[in-house]
Amino acid sequence: MSTLTPAAPQSTPPGPTALNTGRSPRRGKSRMDPTRNNTAAGVAAWLLALLFAAPVLWMILTSFHSETDAATNPPSIAADITLDAYQEFFGASSGVSPWPPLINSATASIFSTVLVLVLAIPAAYALSIRPIKKWTDVMFFFLSTKMMPVVAAILPLFLFAKTAGALDNIWFLVLMYTSMNLPIAVWMMRSFLAEVPVEMLEASQIDGAGLLLTLRKIVAPVAMPGIAATALICFIFSWNELLLARVLTGVMAGTAPVFLTGFVSSQGLFLAKVCAAAVVISLPVLFAGFAAQDKLVQGLSLGAVK
Amino acid sequence: MTTAPARISPTGHSATRPSRNAKSRERAMAWARRAPLLPALIFVIIVTQLPFVVTLIISFLNWNSLRPDQSGFAGFSNYVEVLTNADLRQAILTTIVLTVSVVLASLAIGLGLALLLDKKFIGRGLARTLLIAPFLVVPVAAALVWKHALLNPTYGLINGTLTWIWSLFGSDTPPQPDLLSQAPLMAVILSLVWQWTPFMMLILLAGLQSRPMDTVEAAQMDGATPWDIFRHLTLPHLRQYLELGGLLGAIYIVQNFDAVFTLTSGGLGTANLPYAVYQTFYFANEYGLASAAGVVVVIGTIIVATFALRTVFSLFKKEAAR
Repeated sequence: MSTLTPAAPQSTPPGPTALNTGRSPRRGKSRMDPTRNNTAAGVAAWLLALLFAAPVLWMILTSFHSETDAATNPPSIAADITLDAYQEFFGASSGVSPWPPLINSATASIFSTVLVLVLAIPAAYALSIRPIKKWTDVMFFFLSTKMMPVVAAILPLFLFAKTAGALDNIWFLVLMYTSMNLPIAVWMMRSFLAEVPVEMLEASQIDGAGLLLTLRKIVAPVAMPGIAATALICFIFSWNELLLARVLTGVMAGTAPVFLTGFVSSQGLFLAKVCAAAVVISLPVLFAGFAAQDKLVQGLSLGAVK
Repeated sequence: MTTAPARISPTGHSATRPSRNAKSRERAMAWARRAPLLPALIFVIIVTQLPFVVTLIISFLNWNSLRPDQSGFAGFSNYVEVLTNADLRQAILTTIVLTVSVVLASLAIGLGLALLLDKKFIGRGLARTLLIAPFLVVPVAAALVWKHALLNPTYGLINGTLTWIWSLFGSDTPPQPDLLSQAPLMAVILSLVWQWTPFMMLILLAGLQSRPMDTVEAAQMDGATPWDIFRHLTLPHLRQYLELGGLLGAIYIVQNFDAVFTLTSGGLGTANLPYAVYQTFYFANEYGLASAAGVVVVIGTIIVATFALRTVFSLFKKEAAR
């Protein structure tokens, strides 16, 4: 902002600018025609936001409707709220419990995320705080593995699992998800560790602090939010994964997305149940995603954008 | 940031270190630096690179697990088959159409949304949160909701809304399209655009917010119109972010399996390459052919990825220079 603006409010009468927004006149001056533009932009943004959120809101609303109210044309928005669909999803009449796949998904996502952090944090340390010589080459090697499609490796993995007896074993899936997320985690983590101020590291070295003390007192406080966000993003990617789980698991180790594929073909009136299933299975991702909202871009762009 | 590479001391070049001890100590130091990296690196190589090498080998074999007696070296015949088999050729075409249309549409809409969200208005944070929501539904769940709750021709929300709007004008013959059977690829594209627009929006919004505001303000003072500013300042600044979003989006969408599998089960010309590979090895047991198709996906990805890596690299350098 130019140095002239602070002086401006004193010389101009506050009347006309203050009238339309209640925003400080100084701010209003720095943008062109601020109020009209922003109101229009706000209305447009809100309409589009509602349009984009509509499928999600509809999914949630339908999950609380009875099956007959869910399948009407035109839609019955104000139908009675009921928990029937959730009871059905949890096996009230079919006796099929969704808990084993949900627990499998939790196992695969949580353990692979822990393993990713255990491997990625030291790697990121060797790529930022005490970097090896060709650290950029290593970074781009990690990135290139992320660009290789899963289908290019899935058959050998399937054959290996089959021969080794690891088919339909959740721990094999944990290893797969670890390798799937490791490159993203290394990239994200490096960019977070790189934010640790060098002066502080040097100062602690001069003061004779050991490596562990330095990590705990200086690196951890700066990098902690980043580590948390990385963990959440890895959790989301593992939780969402379908192709590997579909090929490598079966009855025992099937995950929640595999369980959901059981709803692909229509089975009479089951719309509310499908929506309830979608809501329950998406809940962990919704929570993790909103918790990691601020760092989501950085993770999705592999740390290239902050 | 800038200091990170600078901390690599220019060792080895100076002539003042003749002693052997010093050299071996230096080597030990270098390994000590590398040590924390090695577990992650080795793990990734074993789990991702090794299987790909095996895929490459299998792609040159005639191998159907149902006919083990007929297996053997096949040369390039699997590749010839990938490029001549009508279904697989269709899968290649579908992959290209799907990827290009989803990336372009979600980039365009994402840019519009990012420009809107860059302005201040009431409830901006909540609007942003609502816009991210499509990205935070499990992809299979999202595809199921699209298939059953939105696109279903008799009771889906889209046709239901059409009925409601038409009834407002006193008409009882609203259009009731059945996208899933009339234009199934369109249905897949629609659901993917919905899901990927937030991704593009977030990247472009980050780009917009990193825009140097002083130049914009200087241009405004010089009487530039908003269009001038967009055309000559915002768009050039966003170029890298557009490229990044487009290329990363392309890499993810080329691999899409969930939407195709759930919405159409690959029927009616919607099978893309990942789905075709899955079908070929999981159901048809044609291991050699599936591997060749997988290698074709990799070649396609490498072409896109080369550009993607270059873009990421230039952003990375820019950040490193800050």
